[in-house]
Amino acid sequence: MNDKLSPVLAKLMGLFLLGLIRTLTGAQARWQGCPPKAEQRIYFANHQSHADLVLMWAALPEELRSITRPIAAKDYWTTTPFKKWITTAVFNAIYVDRAKTGDQDPLEPLIEALTNGDSIILFPEGTRGNHEEPQKFKAGLYNLALKFPGVVLVPAWINNVQRVMPKGEVVPVPILCSVTFGAPIALGAGEDRGEFLARARQAVMDLRET
Amino acid sequence: MNTFLRNLSPSHQVGLLFVLVFGVLTLISVAVFVMSLRDTHEDDLHTQKLKEFSGLLRTSWLMSTVFWIGWTLGETVATVLFGLVAFFALREFITLSPTRQGDHRSLVLAFFVVLPVQFALVITRRFDLITVFIPVYVFLAIPVVSALADDPQRFLERNAKLQWGIMVCVYGISHVPALLLLKFPNYDGKNAFLVFFLVFVVQSCMIVEHLVGRKLQRPPSAPNVSKSFNWTSWLIAVLSASLLGGLLAGLTPFKPAQAVAMAFIACVSGSLGHLVMKALKRDRGIPNWGKRGVGVTGASGLLDRVDALCFGAPIFFHSVRWYFGL
Repeated sequence: MNDKLSPVLAKLMGLFLLGLIRTLTGAQARWQGCPPKAEQRIYFANHQSHADLVLMWAALPEELRSITRPIAAKDYWTTTPFKKWITTAVFNAIYVDRAKTGDQDPLEPLIEALTNGDSIILFPEGTRGNHEEPQKFKAGLYNLALKFPGVVLVPAWINNVQRVMPKGEVVPVPILCSVTFGAPIALGAGEDRGEFLARARQAVMDLRET
Repeated sequence: MNTFLRNLSPSHQVGLLFVLVFGVLTLISVAVFVMSLRDTHEDDLHTQKLKEFSGLLRTSWLMSTVFWIGWTLGETVATVLFGLVAFFALREFITLSPTRQGDHRSLVLAFFVVLPVQFALVITRRFDLITVFIPVYVFLAIPVVSALADDPQRFLERNAKLQWGIMVCVYGISHVPALLLLKFPNYDGKNAFLVFFLVFVVQSCMIVEHLVGRKLQRPPSAPNVSKSFNWTSWLIAVLSASLLGGLLAGLTPFKPAQAVAMAFIACVSGSLGHLVMKALKRDRGIPNWGKRGVGVTGASGLLDRVDALCFGAPIFFHSVRWYFGL
């Protein structure tokens, strides 16, 4: 692709996607526990559909969108050149390898992004759940919280996305969705890993009924 | 004055109507703005009411602008605009009615096939099909698609909900622009008045019912469904809105008595339809349509504003067509 043209295309694609997502889902952000603020944050949310990434991206205000990088599963988002282009050029996503290869740390790209000062969007379940309640959180969130104590941890609950596009379907259906952002949590001094992850999961689930 | 109005061309008359509506809206908006300047207390009752009222005012501005754009750009654009209203109303309805994965294909069919086809039928004036497409053909198509999804759990309930949503949001709303296409003798280019007549009498009926209900404080007739609905204020509202319709007879192709009768039909069906939608909301355990009380339009959902029209429009449309043999 032409180097001069591609940022323009990415911008147009971004606008088009935003319009599409808002028409289909409303992509409403409800800032309940904290205001949208340009500080370094890790947003962590429940994961039920590949569209979660897109909805989180659309729900953030314009100013935060440019400094916040969502995590995308490498095995899904790089299968076609188009998906790859959208995740890199439009969403500015970070790829994570879900299939562990050798002794390479899967958190490496996240650590790099956080070191650069970016905020990230994380789905600590690691994989899409099919149930009402989110699955147990993976250790990544804990490791990052330990490594970057200055970064604010914001829980988020994504509502309804699985109804827009259930597993295995191609055409999305218009249904109103929302993302609820809760009050930030912090890793306590000497807090146990399991305890912290359970608390983080609870913080996400608590946002369901508010 | 009257002869002056009659001598204007139809499009001038409609234009004058919009000048009047926008003029009144501007006056009210200015008044509200001045009142908000004077008010210094933050969260007393008065400020709260003013806020509510400005919300309502914003909706009125939006609706009038939509009508105006629809009228200036022609019937096709107006119909497409109503199609968008139907789309957003159906989106709210479906959001608040739980669906299962097996419903996905039926939902795709409802949003992306049934809705566009119904409005395309309106644009192409297929009156024979507009009235039967959804109740006859779609009535079968949706459950067939659902059955093929191979999920029998609460099958009737899920399909009934979807049918209802399509019937109320798509079928009902599509009959408002259908009014634009009726051909009355000696009424060319004035059909926008007919839409105005319908919307105006139905909305006046709702407002009068609300105000009278507050004043009279009668016990509600169906307290579990609606705290405000009672037969006395309902009757007062319907009768006064019908009389108002009679006063507007000059705008319509009706004689005064016919206008009263048509307004009566529209108000009865609209206000009772509003009651039905309230029962649906109670069933879902929500005060308003729209996402958890915060809908597309702000204070409440779009469906809260148009539900009376959804029921009033088809009945009004068919009464008019049947009575005048169009």
